[in-house]
Amino acid sequence: MGHSSQNDSPSSNTTRLTGAEIVWATLEGEGVRDVFGYPGGAILPVYDALRKFPIRHILVRHEQGATHMADGYARASGRVGVAIATSGPGATNMVTGLATAMMDSVPIVCITGQVSSKVLGSDAFQEVDITGISLPITKHNYLVTRTEDIAPAIREAFLIAKSGRPGPVLVDITKDAQQASAEFNFDAAAPKAYRPHPMQSHNADSITDAASLIREARRPVILAGHGVIQSGAIEQVRALSERMQIPVACTLLGLGGFPASHELCLGMMGMHGEAWVNQAIQQADLLIACGMRFDDRVTGSLATYAPNAKKIHIEVDPAEINKNVKVDVALVGDLKQVLEILLPHISSRANSPWVKEINSMKGECAVRDIRNLPDNGHLYAAHVINDLWNATDGKAIVVTDVGQHQMWEAQYYKHDQPRTLITSGGLGTMGFALPAAIGAKIACPEKEVWVIAGDGGFQMTSPELSTIAQEHLDLNIAIINNGFLGMVRQWQEFIYEKNYASSPILSPDFVKLADAHGIAGATVSKRSEVDSAVKTARASRAPFLINFLVEKEDSVYPMVAAGSALHEMIRRPDNPMIETAEDA
Amino acid sequence: MLHTFVALVEDKPGVLTRVASLFRRLNVNIVSLTVGRSERPGVSRMTIVALSSTSAGHRIMASLYKLENVLEVDDMDQVANVTRELALIKVGATPQTRSHIFELVEVFRARIVDLAPESLMIEITGVESKIEGLIQVLIESGDPILEVSRTGRMVMRRGHHTSRVLEAMRVAAVHESEAKDTAVFDLIEEESNFQK
Ligand SMILES: Cc1ncc(C[n+]2csc(CCOP(=O)(O)OP(=O)(O)O)c2C)c(N)n1
Repeated sequence: MGHSSQNDSPSSNTTRLTGAEIVWATLEGEGVRDVFGYPGGAILPVYDALRKFPIRHILVRHEQGATHMADGYARASGRVGVAIATSGPGATNMVTGLATAMMDSVPIVCITGQVSSKVLGSDAFQEVDITGISLPITKHNYLVTRTEDIAPAIREAFLIAKSGRPGPVLVDITKDAQQASAEFNFDAAAPKAYRPHPMQSHNADSITDAASLIREARRPVILAGHGVIQSGAIEQVRALSERMQIPVACTLLGLGGFPASHELCLGMMGMHGEAWVNQAIQQADLLIACGMRFDDRVTGSLATYAPNAKKIHIEVDPAEINKNVKVDVALVGDLKQVLEILLPHISSRANSPWVKEINSMKGECAVRDIRNLPDNGHLYAAHVINDLWNATDGKAIVVTDVGQHQMWEAQYYKHDQPRTLITSGGLGTMGFALPAAIGAKIACPEKEVWVIAGDGGFQMTSPELSTIAQEHLDLNIAIINNGFLGMVRQWQEFIYEKNYASSPILSPDFVKLADAHGIAGATVSKRSEVDSAVKTARASRAPFLINFLVEKEDSVYPMVAAGSALHEMIRRPDNPMIETAEDA
Repeated sequence: MLHTFVALVEDKPGVLTRVASLFRRLNVNIVSLTVGRSERPGVSRMTIVALSSTSAGHRIMASLYKLENVLEVDDMDQVANVTRELALIKVGATPQTRSHIFELVEVFRARIVDLAPESLMIEITGVESKIEGLIQVLIESGDPILEVSRTGRMVMRRGHHTSRVLEAMRVAAVHESEAKDTAVFDLIEEESNFQK
């Protein structure tokens, strides 16, 4: 690594430690207080040394859970999350979590044990080439075979994970490197400064171009992505929006980056965005994309995407520029910094007919809103989420899984604060919610945390209930139980003529399952019971699971079918109840 | 179109895989890839030729820079440069059929580097079209081509240009290892007649 060259006089902070101790000492030096992991042969030296360090280790039930916990921890707090596993199967179990973090640019560091350097490449017991396997799903990774390289590798891993466009970094450490000793000096192991991407650029000309596009636009829309939250550009985006009266549409991961209750907030865009949001984008004459990447789930068909709009793209990763959507001005750099340079060039505008126009579209759609339907005995997921939002005052950290409930949450839980919605957007990883919520709760113990999961996805990682019990975590779980892999069923209904191939799913009695873990719970099937169940859960000061038995064949509306133009939406039927199983 | 990039990368295990894996991920076919030492210790130089759409150049370059071990990338399609490839060609030839091959080799400014009773080996340096030209002529004159080994394209900017990134880095260790390096460069002696 070559960091030690100027370090001719070892400072008084140098001590001789085993590699295993160096792992913990380096994590401690990086400010780590909690790690999520699972032991095994090749990482046992590290576990043996754990008790000497003031770090909390949360024993998970599956290494995928450890990676999602580290991920939820990072998303909730902005700090780097850490997961630890053994070689071979421990390491391969991390693959889904690494890919999830990679797709959503979440800073985590995963440490894996590896067989001894002498037997590397010999198919030794539990040997797997995890640096090879994880190459495309990590921002960077290391195979460390020498004790003296451990501290520099871990320190560099932290720097890389959180710098530029964040992402997961894996450090694979051979057992002999953990066992041998070396001089440890935290400061001397500091990495060289992070190299910003050399193609980042925003010169005075491009700033002026962007400013004049914004000034001339009559129908501008800001597209706020995950970058708004990650760069901490919440105030700057708000300033831009308010000064010029520019409405803001959020991506799924951008929700909370702009307050949902703000009069200029349109809500979520894309495949399940409300009609007025997608209409506004399609009719816009300028899109100001802030820390988002024009994913296919937000653009629909690219050929017809925002045909009359000029586009400004403010983004930290140069590889995203012109990738999916060709833009007119690209400002490549940290969003917050770029906006701070741009804002002085933006004057203010009092009111905007454009916003009024969008608001009139809004009113028209809202009358058919499912929340306004009278309670006639049917329980809709939208009811549950709306009531949960009310009961928690919109202030909980909500961690969702993947499927219909994820979209309903995005539509009906209004997030005013950043880092209060945690969800797997890019990879769409079922099983994410429960472990990620554990990570979020450990990162923010003072916050109220709710899991919202489907009956399918919950079963993918439900053994982590045991982790909740063992760690005495106070988090609440809402299962939106429709007896189906709901989103699959919806696609089968719309696209495959209701051929419900393998989408009905049997579940255990979730309340009994919780009970088996010493976790209290309740089953709710009427709207009138929702509020009191949520109140019980909140008052319990202990984990609580609510099994919401909702309409079985309800669908998420509106929906832009994959590959359709963004304005070609399947709209909410006027009376959705006619469509349900019981009535049929 | 063919895109040509020169990448300066850290000389560490696995770096080649990272670069190759990137192209696979982008679903871009690598036409040729040459790797070797550069003028700096610890830094390798790659010339990568890839077949992809015209607009993909920016994304490939930006993605290369996202690899932590990549120090500098130069898009050679944009600049005046010298392009060379080296090929070894083994041709079946008996004492009776050799002489016209000697003439061809002369015309192409190549040279014979091995002579056996039933074959000979030609070394040729130049741009791809020159190498392909020689191969074509050999085929047309009925000489059996037994083996071809080509290095792939190597490219260098014309004129005074040194790597910006490396200059900025001013690798501290340069001085110590310079002695060793000149030894390496001494081996590359007689390659002066390229431009003629
Ligand atoms: C690991 C994984 N496998 C498969 C899928 C495909 N998939 C997306 S949504 C979905 C259904 C989810 O069903 P459920 O968890 O019950 O939630 P619901 O849609 O009913 O709210 C499936 C199978 C996925 N996203 N992730």
